[in-house]
Amino acid sequence: MLLSGADILVLTLLEQGCDTVFGYPGGQILNVYDSLYRYSDRIRHILTAHEQGAAHAADGYARATGRPGVVISTSGPGATNLVTGIATAYLDSVPLIAVCGNVPTTQIGSDSFQEIDITGITLPITKHNYFVGSVEQLAPTIREAFALAMSGRPGPVLIDIPKDVQIAQCEYTPAPPASPEPPRAAKELRLREAADIINAASRPFLYFGGGLIASNAEEELLALAETLDAPIGCSLMGLSAIPTAHPRFLGMQGMHGHYASSMAMHHADLILSLGVRFNDRVTGNRAKFATGAKIVHIDVDGSELSKTVNAACGLRGDVKLTLQGLLPLLKPKKNPEWSETVARFRREEEETLDHRDGLTPRRAILTLNRHLGKNTAVATDVGQHQMWAAQNLTFSTPRRFISSGGLGTMGFGLGAAIGAAFGTGERSVLVTGDGSFGMCLNELATAVSHHIPVVILLLNNGVLGMVRQWQTLFFNKHYSNTVLDRKTDFVALARAFGADGEAVSTPEALDEALTRGFAAEGPYVIDCAIDKDEFVLPMLPPGGSMDDIIVRLGD
Amino acid sequence: MNRYTVAVLVRNQFGVLNRVTSMFRRRQFNISALTVSETESSLLSRITVSFDGEESCKQQLINQLYKLPDVRSIKEITPANSISCELLLIKMRNDPATRNDILAAADAFGAVTVDYSKDSVTFRLTDESRKLDDFINLMRDYHILEICRTGSVSLEKGAATISQTINF
Repeated sequence: MLLSGADILVLTLLEQGCDTVFGYPGGQILNVYDSLYRYSDRIRHILTAHEQGAAHAADGYARATGRPGVVISTSGPGATNLVTGIATAYLDSVPLIAVCGNVPTTQIGSDSFQEIDITGITLPITKHNYFVGSVEQLAPTIREAFALAMSGRPGPVLIDIPKDVQIAQCEYTPAPPASPEPPRAAKELRLREAADIINAASRPFLYFGGGLIASNAEEELLALAETLDAPIGCSLMGLSAIPTAHPRFLGMQGMHGHYASSMAMHHADLILSLGVRFNDRVTGNRAKFATGAKIVHIDVDGSELSKTVNAACGLRGDVKLTLQGLLPLLKPKKNPEWSETVARFRREEEETLDHRDGLTPRRAILTLNRHLGKNTAVATDVGQHQMWAAQNLTFSTPRRFISSGGLGTMGFGLGAAIGAAFGTGERSVLVTGDGSFGMCLNELATAVSHHIPVVILLLNNGVLGMVRQWQTLFFNKHYSNTVLDRKTDFVALARAFGADGEAVSTPEALDEALTRGFAAEGPYVIDCAIDKDEFVLPMLPPGGSMDDIIVRLGD
Repeated sequence: MNRYTVAVLVRNQFGVLNRVTSMFRRRQFNISALTVSETESSLLSRITVSFDGEESCKQQLINQLYKLPDVRSIKEITPANSISCELLLIKMRNDPATRNDILAAADAFGAVTVDYSKDSVTFRLTDESRKLDDFINLMRDYHILEICRTGSVSLEKGAATISQTINF
């Protein structure tokens, strides 16, 4: 049937199984919004307060569901406002489809009103992007974009559609949803090489990241841990993949990771790495990183193998399929001595845990844990609160920790929590700080308009805590521009937006506030006062090694 | 540091060169020579790119190239597996005192005189890049007015072609 480009866009999105999009209208995307109006019984559009919030919401939706999130914006500033959101998704390998309007093809290149070269701008932060020059290309391009966003290592794809292409008509033929490239296991030869190295190890450590979640390889990981009698640790992006309470799980490692997890990784003779990329926040000083260990590295993206640390064996392939191929080649083993060492690391970690009375950050997160449902998604912003959340939250379902790891985007959390709520169909939680929250709190309006029950735990210390922590440790306590000294009344602010909330300063009050928050019908802001001198510990100083770890203040 | 050359078969679309060179730029690989042209198929272009770096750099670069959806095939070019040549135009000052030496050198290298004026003489030389380097180094003893070279183009020896290795 003969349809306009705008209709073809909406129908192709529907064809891909997309029923929820996030966005913000404008001049050069008006035709698409007219189609969204006509198809509103089949596709839901969530209007945000700012395009950045829409991009983070689509990202949060994708992280919570594993399906591509879709964000729509107009040309020019609408498109540039997506950039931080697209980059956030790129660094964390999140499948995201960004659709932008642009000026008509006849005006492209003439610096028209709200014209911007968004394909040029997003070149280094997308897997690929498209400028759709004719309406005939539109449906095939959208299908290719969905397949690409989901294939191999997922990531964002941008589609730029000039206004005349939205208006022009062509024949539209429905098609089945695009399927990503079928996942492949690593080569047989590599599997055998890896098995030889693994079978020879006596201090194995399993280390996984976001790639494990993307490939749904949680079961294979646990089977591997039993076969090898190995402890498990993860990167920030791996959190929630396996239950926090699993007896073999030591938690996140790295700069602010769990002591036992970082120690086990440091003392292992084998680090079996699954869907990770050995970022600097993970390794610290690479020359001193796990010097006694051989690294066997499985990743779907071959360019990650031996990129930052040398792998004794690099296996390019889907983590799940590769583990399925590897498991039968492995000899079951028991490592009693190693298990005892790891148990000692755990006891040492126990001793360093913060058991102080009062509303400490750790106690705030532990209190939150008691209110979380099995399926509750918890989003964070970036900074100290993010690390306290990563260290202390308990999870039982994959894809329920939603945090900007690679780019470290302050302001990510509220949009992401809104998107995650749509993804899970449930109340979501945002753990944030007063610095991060200040960046994108305008999305409170979105949560109110759409009746989204987001519980916002605002750890309010009046400072930019993480930067301040570095100033304390490395800049002679020169607190340059990290003391906020704002007079924001967050509860009054929540009410001004049409939301509700309360301020708390004791663990008991927080517990009661959370009970009210988890019963509220809309967003609920809990302004939780914490001390400005609280530290995130342990800490591996940047560029340091395990010898430099700080586990308590005054060390 | 070694000099590496890779031939990259890409989809022939606008912006594709930008995608490839943008990746080089953001990972700080410096391109020392680059040629681009359409191939036997109008759907495909061939980029031949040379750069200096370590072996691990080269591997990373090839891995990153494979991640670009427009890249269809990559082949590393070495003297052992390929024949390569490059085109040089070099304009010399035409000075009676050095004229004979310059013409003799050009003749020895097989360079062709393509332009001749009272004050200048321009040679064209097509050969392996190393031969071009040698010729230029020899000419440095005289007065070079201007140089333009194209970067290397290469094909594999024998019947093998880059499109045989299209792997997705």
